[in-house]
Amino acid sequence: MSHAATTLPHGSGAHAAGHHDEHHDDGSKTVVGFWIYLMSDLLIFAVLFATFAVLSNATAGGPTGKELFELPFVLVETMLLLISSFTFGMAMLNMHAGNKGRVIGWLIVTFLFGAGFIGMEIYEFHHLITHGHGPNTSAFLSSFFTLVGTHGLHVSFGLLWIIIMIDLIRRHGLDGINKRRLSCLSLFWHFLDIVWICVFTFVYLMGAI
Amino acid sequence: MFGKLTLEAIPYHEPIVMVTLAAVILGGVALLGAITYLGKWKYLWTEWLTSVDHKRIGVMYIIVALIMLLRGFADAIMMRGQQAVAAADAVGFLPPHHYDQIFTAHGVIMIFFMAMPFITGLMNVVVPLQIGARDVAYPFLNSLSFWLFCVGVVLMMLSLFVGEFAATGWLAYPPLSGLEGSPGVGVDYYIWALQISGVGTTLSGINFIVTILRMRTPGMSLMKMPVFTWTALVTNILIVAAFPVLAGTLALLTADRYLDMHFFTNDLGGNVMMYVNLIWIWGHPEVYILILPCFGAFSEIIATYSKKPLFGYKSMVYATAAIGVLSFMVWLHHFFTMGAGANVNTFFGIATMIISVPTGVKIFNWLFTMYRGRVEMTTPVLWTIGFMVTFVIGGMTGVLMAIPGVSFVLHNSLFLIAHFHNVIIGGVVFGCIAAMTYWFPKAFGFKLNERLGKYSFWCWFIGFYLAFMPLYILGLKGMTRRINHYDDPTWQPYLIVAFIGACFVAAGIGFLLLQVAVSIRDRKKNLDTTGDPWGGRTLEWSIASPAPFYNFAHLPKVDHLDQHWEDKENGTAYAKPTHYEDIHMPRNTGAGVFIGCFGLVMTFALVWHIWWLAIVGFVGMIGSFIVRVYDRDVDYYVPAKEVERIDSAHLASIQKAV
Repeated sequence: MSHAATTLPHGSGAHAAGHHDEHHDDGSKTVVGFWIYLMSDLLIFAVLFATFAVLSNATAGGPTGKELFELPFVLVETMLLLISSFTFGMAMLNMHAGNKGRVIGWLIVTFLFGAGFIGMEIYEFHHLITHGHGPNTSAFLSSFFTLVGTHGLHVSFGLLWIIIMIDLIRRHGLDGINKRRLSCLSLFWHFLDIVWICVFTFVYLMGAI
Repeated sequence: MFGKLTLEAIPYHEPIVMVTLAAVILGGVALLGAITYLGKWKYLWTEWLTSVDHKRIGVMYIIVALIMLLRGFADAIMMRGQQAVAAADAVGFLPPHHYDQIFTAHGVIMIFFMAMPFITGLMNVVVPLQIGARDVAYPFLNSLSFWLFCVGVVLMMLSLFVGEFAATGWLAYPPLSGLEGSPGVGVDYYIWALQISGVGTTLSGINFIVTILRMRTPGMSLMKMPVFTWTALVTNILIVAAFPVLAGTLALLTADRYLDMHFFTNDLGGNVMMYVNLIWIWGHPEVYILILPCFGAFSEIIATYSKKPLFGYKSMVYATAAIGVLSFMVWLHHFFTMGAGANVNTFFGIATMIISVPTGVKIFNWLFTMYRGRVEMTTPVLWTIGFMVTFVIGGMTGVLMAIPGVSFVLHNSLFLIAHFHNVIIGGVVFGCIAAMTYWFPKAFGFKLNERLGKYSFWCWFIGFYLAFMPLYILGLKGMTRRINHYDDPTWQPYLIVAFIGACFVAAGIGFLLLQVAVSIRDRKKNLDTTGDPWGGRTLEWSIASPAPFYNFAHLPKVDHLDQHWEDKENGTAYAKPTHYEDIHMPRNTGAGVFIGCFGLVMTFALVWHIWWLAIVGFVGMIGSFIVRVYDRDVDYYVPAKEVERIDSAHLASIQKAV
C-alpha cells in the first residue's frame, strides 16, 4: 500500500509542455472553487444583514443611526474603496498584458486606498466608542459594529493578501500559479466592494433617512 | 497569564470523569507506546497524517467517527441508566449539572463529530472513484479540512477533563447560553469546537462541489453520474449554503459572550428568537446533509445486491434535488410554539408535509428495485431493509408533528426525541454502517465478516426499537426531554425497557468493532482479488482493491449509467490500455497538521481567555498557511512504467480469479 518509490518532480524536462490531463489545472478549477467560497462568505454577510434589519430599531433608548452617521465621511470612505476596485482592475489589465512591474505598482496603489478605507473605519469606530456609543450600548449598535466590522476584517485580510501577492509576483513573476491567485484576489476585492455598496445603502443611507 | 484557567478547572470531585480520564490516559499511553515500539511513527506521519490522498483522508475521518460514536454512546447509556433509576425518591447517579452536560455533549458529538465525519469520510473514499477522478479538486484543502475537524474533536474531548462542557442542550439556545445563563467555559468550548470544525466542513463542501462538477471522467454527464455521487453533490451544496449561517450565528453568540454585545440578551434590545430562527436555518438543512448520502448509499447497495439497475434513477435524482431545495423552507417547524401566528405556522406545516413526498418516492424506488430482483441477503442489504422499515415509521411520526396543533402538544416531549432518533439511527447510522460494509473492500482490499455483521445488525435493530418505542409512549404521556429525575413512578417501567434497548445497542456496537477486528485477523481468507467482490455496477468496482493511490491507470470512457456492469456484460471490462501515461499527483504535506495544531492552541486559549496565547495560535495558523503558499514543490509525476507495472499486476490477478 505504499506510494510509488520512483517519482519525477513536476516540471522536469519531459513535462515542460503538452500535458492536458484533468489534473493539469489551467486555473479555472480554482477560480470556480473560489467563486463558491465567495458565495458561502456572502451567506455570512446575509446573516449579518438580516440581523441588522431585525435589530436596526432596537436602540434601547440609545442613539439611532440618524443621530450617529455622518454621510460625507462615509462617502469619502466609500469612494476610497470604489477607487481601489478600479486600481485593482488596472492591475489585472496589466497582468493580462504581462507587465509585471505595473501589476506590482497598481497593487501598491490598491493597497494604499484599501488601507485608507480601513484607517477611516477604525477612526469612525474609535470615535463612536469614545463618545459612549460602543457595541455594548444597544442591539442596534451591536449589529452595526458586527456587520461593518466583519466587512472591515475581510478588507484587512485582503490587504495582507495583497502584500503577499506583491512579494510572490516579485519572486516568481506572472506565472500560471500567480495569475490564478491574482484572479482569486481580484474576485475577493471586487466582492468586498459589492458588499460595501450594500452596507453603504442599507446601513448608512437608509439609516440616515 | 493563564486567563480563567486554574488547576481548579480539572473536575477532581467527579469520579465518573476521573475514571474516564484515567482510561483515556492509559489508552493513549498504550497506543503511543505501541506505535513507538513498532517503530511506526515515520510510517504514520508520511503515509497517513500528512496524506492528501482522498481515500486515506476518508479512512481517517471514519476512524475518528467510530471513536466518537463510542464517546457519544457512553453519554447515551449513562442517560438511559440515570432515567431508569431516578424515579420518585431515588436521585440516580448523575447530579443535574453533570447530566445537563452529558445530554448536550451527546447531541453535539453524535451530529458534528460522529455523523458528519462518517458521511464526509464516505464521500472522500467513494466519490472520486465513482466519477473516475484521480483525487479531489483541492487535495491539500481536503487534508486541511480534516485537521480543522480534528481540532473540534480534541477541543470537545478536552472539555471533559479541563473545565466543563455546555449544559444548554445541543443547540445552545440563549439566554441560557448567554453570559448570565452560562458564566462558565462550557458554552465557549461548544462555540469554538463547532466553529473550527465547521470551517473544515465548509471547505470540504466547496472541494466536493468542484470535484463533482469539474473532474468527472470523459462521457459522464450529470445524468450518468452514480446516485451516491448525486446525493453527495446535493449534500455538499447544502453544506456550503447552510454552514456559513451556523458560523454567523455562533459568531453573534460569541460577540454576546466575549464583547458584551446584545444580539440575544434579554436587555438592551436583544432578540432571543432570532437565534432560534438562525440556528434552525442551518439546522434543518443539516439533517438532510446527513441523510442524503445515506440515501445514495442505500441506492447503490440495493441495486448491486438485487442485480438490477436502480428503479427510477431520474426520479431519484429529482427527488434528491427537491429535498435539497425544500430543506431550506421548513426550519420554523422546530418551534411552532414561538407564536409566529396561524398563517406562518400553516405555511411551514404544509412545507414540511410536502418534503416527505420526495422521500416517499425514494422508498418506492428501492422497493421496486428489489421487486423481482435476485436479492442477496448480505449484511448491507439487512441494514437497508432495516432502514426502510424504521425510516418509514420515523417519517410518519415526523409528518404527525408537522401539524402545528399536534406540535404544540408534543413540543420538547420524548415523542420528539423518539422521532428524530427514529430517523437518525434508522437512516444515518444504519446507512453509514451499511455503506462502510459495502465499500470496505475497496478501501482495504478485504471483506468484512458477514456473520458478525449480521449479529451487529440484529442487536442494533432490536435495540433501537426497545430503546425508542417506549419513548413515543412516554412522550404522549407528557414526559419532557432533558430531565434527570421524575416524580411519576408509572414512567419507570418504560424507561427500564429503554435502558435494556440501549444495552442491545451496546452489543451491536461491540459486534461491529469485533467484526472489524476479526476481519483484520482473517484478512487473508477474505481477500478481494478482483476489485469487484459484489458484482458492482459503477466505476469504483472496475479498479483494484484496495484502489491504487492514483485510482485509475487510464481514465475510463463512460456512455452508460452503470458503466462497469455494461462493460462486464459486453466483455469489454478490464481491457489493457494500449499505452500508459505519466500521472500527475499531489505531494503529501504536513501543512494541514501544523495549521490544525495552531488552531487548537488558538481555540483553547480563546475558551480560557488567554489572549496572548490566542494571538500566538492565530498568527501561527496564518503563518503556516503563508509558508504553504510559498511552497512550490507541491506535485509530482508517477512515471508511466510504474503505472503499467501496478496495473498489469492487477489485470493478471483478475485473469487468475476468472
